[in-house]
Amino acid sequence: MTSPAPELTVSAKGLARHYGKHAAVRGLDLEVRQGEVLGLLGPNGAGKTTTMQMLTGNLAPSAGEISVCGIDLLEQPVAAKARIGYLPETPPLYRELTVAEYLRLAARLHRMPRASCEAAASRAMQRCGLSEVSRKLIGTLSKGYQQRVGIAQAIVHEPDLVILDEPTVGLDPNQILDIRTLIRELGRAHSVILSTHILTEVEAVCDRVQILHHGEVVFSNTIAGLREFQRGRTVTLSLHRPPSIETLRGITGVSTVDADGDGRFRIRFAPDVDPTAALVARAGAEDWGLHQLTPAQTSLEDVFVHLTRGDSAGDSKQ
Amino acid sequence: MIFTIAGKELRALFTSPLAWLVLTVVQVILGYGFLKRLDDFLQIQSQLAQLASPPGVTELVAAPTYATAAAVLLFAVPLLAMRMIAEERRNQTMTLLLSAPISMTEIIIGKFIGLMTFLLLIMLLVLTMPLTLVGTTSLDIGLLATLTLALLLLTASFAAVSLYSSSLTAQPMAAALLSFGLLLAMLFMGETAGDSLRARGWAIPAAFAQVFSPLRNFEPLGKGMLDSYAIACPLLLAAAFLILAIRRLDGRRLRG
Repeated sequence: MTSPAPELTVSAKGLARHYGKHAAVRGLDLEVRQGEVLGLLGPNGAGKTTTMQMLTGNLAPSAGEISVCGIDLLEQPVAAKARIGYLPETPPLYRELTVAEYLRLAARLHRMPRASCEAAASRAMQRCGLSEVSRKLIGTLSKGYQQRVGIAQAIVHEPDLVILDEPTVGLDPNQILDIRTLIRELGRAHSVILSTHILTEVEAVCDRVQILHHGEVVFSNTIAGLREFQRGRTVTLSLHRPPSIETLRGITGVSTVDADGDGRFRIRFAPDVDPTAALVARAGAEDWGLHQLTPAQTSLEDVFVHLTRGDSAGDSKQ
Repeated sequence: MIFTIAGKELRALFTSPLAWLVLTVVQVILGYGFLKRLDDFLQIQSQLAQLASPPGVTELVAAPTYATAAAVLLFAVPLLAMRMIAEERRNQTMTLLLSAPISMTEIIIGKFIGLMTFLLLIMLLVLTMPLTLVGTTSLDIGLLATLTLALLLLTASFAAVSLYSSSLTAQPMAAALLSFGLLLAMLFMGETAGDSLRARGWAIPAAFAQVFSPLRNFEPLGKGMLDSYAIACPLLLAAAFLILAIRRLDGRRLRG
């Protein structure tokens, strides 16, 4: 194992997991640095949960290596796991315990000294807004509060790496905002890996994003890089009397053209050339009946749909 | 760490009505049996006095009570142990233990100690009944001690088998039935296999079969005989099933 840079919290190389013949995850590389929030995105069954289970030592990878703060998870699981906090898809809650009892137990199970468990539990409750329900049984709490107890459980032992599997599922919009603020806060001191279906969440809280599809990373970039990627490189064009699609393709700078029907076209162009002016000039000269021209916002959603739908027809047409 | 898990299991047992119910039912059955035998003993006491060396109250009252306790525990232990792993899997709370820096061995041993602590309570209740006779009659304390040891060893092997069954399924009821089936099969087959092997003069296979024959190992101690092999057998059986349970948990991590 190569010794990673000190600020690297988790690094996984060539991670793979097979269930029989089915490969849930293959050749996945992942790195998170101190104070970074990584968003894992992907459609259902893309391998997000499997990846997280492997990173937390709940599932042994078929191939690959994982190191947490420089400790090999597969060779020294106990030392490595002490540095991880994990909230699985279903929060692992003992319904018969009170919130405070449960968090003390969680702290103790993570090998915190007995004397400091009490303080750790109350600190976690405070951070997750649980102080007023500390003496209630977990079984009697609402879904939102149970989710917060799940998050509190993942951070009670001050881990270097917090792994959250869909932390905002089933919460109301206000709670979602609270949890997002909490995750941002966590991201300052700890490293966070977060999986979600909600794309705006990724844009709101993550520093970096990796999109998984069929167990492979199909996109990996920083949010800043994503914004760069998004800058208006697509326009939508509506014409009353459209010319043939080849004519549009012939205009300098146009890389791809998708016909959406009703005389509407989605035109992508290369990063350096902007053919908008040329398009407008041609439309006027040849009387195409141009009535709408809008620069399209490529959002993370477009990237996501584009990468995970599997019909990249729009781009293959050159 | 083991004791943290044991404490958690013990608390989980005491917060469930099932454990209290089991304690109650076991005590009612055993209490009735004990009083009935004591009553019978008092009726025949004068006739016993005419014998050359009459059996005492420990042999005639305490020993059968312990035998009943063994039979009752055959039902009680699977019921008490069924939730320990199966329910954690069904409620997906096992993840908390598996993600924590704890080895599989610590998880299983912790759960086993938690269960045994609860079962010790039942054993204490059993022991209390003959002890109430102290002062009114002379008790055979040696026999009482070996009886208690025999019950303790039997219970430990029942608990290990039940814990293993609980690791095989996510349905607590299925786990209880499975451990009950396993224990019954051992009671019947271990005995028969041991006897027929010994009849053929195959000493080593017979000794091996004796490990899986809990009642055969209960007998010598129940009569006050300290048979070291009969003490080792239940311990071996318990260790074997605990190792199986640990491997089972590890296997789930490896195979998913």
